[in-house]
Amino acid sequence: MIELVDVCKSFDKSEALKHINLSIREGETLAIIGGSGSGKSTLLRLLIGLIRPTSGQILVRGRDVAGLSEAEWDEIRLRMGMVFQYSALFDSMTVGDNVAFGLREHTDKSEAEIGRIVKEKLALVGLEGVEQMMPNELSGGMKKRVGLARAIACEPSVIFYDEPSSGLDPIMTARIDELIVNTQRKLGVTSVVVTHDMASACRIADRIAMIYQGELIAADTVEKFKQINDDRVQAFFRTLSVAEKEGVA
Amino acid sequence: MATRILESVGNFIIRRCAELGTVVLLYASIVRQFKGKIRWRSIVSQMSHLGVDSLTIVSLTLLFTGVVITLQTAAKFIEFGAQSTIGGVVAMAIGRELGPVLVGVVCAGRVGAAITAEIATMKVTEQIDALRVMAVNPEGYLILPRMIACMVVVPILTVFGDIIGVAGGWATAVYYSGISSYTFMNGIHTFVEVFDLTGGMVKAVFFGNVIAVLGCYYGLTCPEGAEGVGRATTRTVVTSIIVIFMLNAVLTFILF
Repeated sequence: MIELVDVCKSFDKSEALKHINLSIREGETLAIIGGSGSGKSTLLRLLIGLIRPTSGQILVRGRDVAGLSEAEWDEIRLRMGMVFQYSALFDSMTVGDNVAFGLREHTDKSEAEIGRIVKEKLALVGLEGVEQMMPNELSGGMKKRVGLARAIACEPSVIFYDEPSSGLDPIMTARIDELIVNTQRKLGVTSVVVTHDMASACRIADRIAMIYQGELIAADTVEKFKQINDDRVQAFFRTLSVAEKEGVA
Repeated sequence: MATRILESVGNFIIRRCAELGTVVLLYASIVRQFKGKIRWRSIVSQMSHLGVDSLTIVSLTLLFTGVVITLQTAAKFIEFGAQSTIGGVVAMAIGRELGPVLVGVVCAGRVGAAITAEIATMKVTEQIDALRVMAVNPEGYLILPRMIACMVVVPILTVFGDIIGVAGGWATAVYYSGISSYTFMNGIHTFVEVFDLTGGMVKAVFFGNVIAVLGCYYGLTCPEGAEGVGRATTRTVVTSIIVIFMLNAVLTFILF
């Protein structure tokens, strides 16, 4: 569905991503893991067109989108949704208006219908009766869920998650993971999750890709990924074992 | 030493040229947005938010400016027997220059800073990215309504400021300097033309444009973090004021 062919991205003199080759299949959940500063968020921003690659191709359903204009990208983004690390809810709008935003901008639906969809999407993420609340009245976990409701409001075919468990306690992390899995199952969307949380990646993903210092060092199914004999990959699994021993994962 | 000075001067010029280029590109992008959806509700909301809230500070600034000009001119004009011109001088000075420039400066501090702080905060908290991800152009959604609102509101504020400034001058002339109300008003009728007011409003339209676009530009290009937001806000105010004074000189040459 989405394919990265030899994609490089540099900022000034530093190379954030080096020759990335990766394909994202329709309907799967792909977790992109890596340490802080490894380039995984840069990769996500490339996938959604917020930044352009220095070289290489990004193919969306076979069409190279790397050199498209902002207006052309907008047409592609109509089929995409994103849940931001810190939710990025519009703080001057109510929760209801946040979820309704895309519908009001891109559809001719009546306010009554939009209201019904907003209620439905909020219910899907386990939030009811919060339409009139302002984002600053919500907890971190609730904000993430509103962010997800906003992302799925226009029924996209791909959802990108940027560090969905960041800043959340382990219980809320597990609930968000469950929500990602349920959303994928109910809506049949393709999900790309950027995370540094290995436990979370194992819970939600069909495949895991690992970025290390801007390079894609491995990409495989969860079971096969666990068996990869690479210190950098195993180092991540060791954190998982520690977390499991502490009862966190 | 000389090389280092030349290097820093060169760097400064390059940075300013790059900045100017980015502002020009931003203008081009804003102009393109006129072809898209115009958000009238947002424009009205911005006009209320940015304009009405500035009325008090604009009124106070121009009121005391009118008082001070009259105080400074009345004594000398009376000495030379030219009291009949005081009303005209005060109204012309306020209508042509002081009204639009002071309203521009006040709005650069009040409105420009507010626009930058809001947009910079949106940028830092990824709300601008969220707009783009949701296929909504930030130039059309955020900048265009603010630009139109400022281009409408700043001239309106200028008219209010002109009236209050002249009223302050009148009160000072009549109740402090002992000039009759008829003499003051007759001076206005004799010397002031409609274009003294409308010319000032034309200047204010340009100032409103500068305030909004620079406010948005520094907001969108603000570095990460709270410090970056603060720095962007300061740069908006300083640059807007400088540009307003420069533009005022150019517009005065062209208009009057």
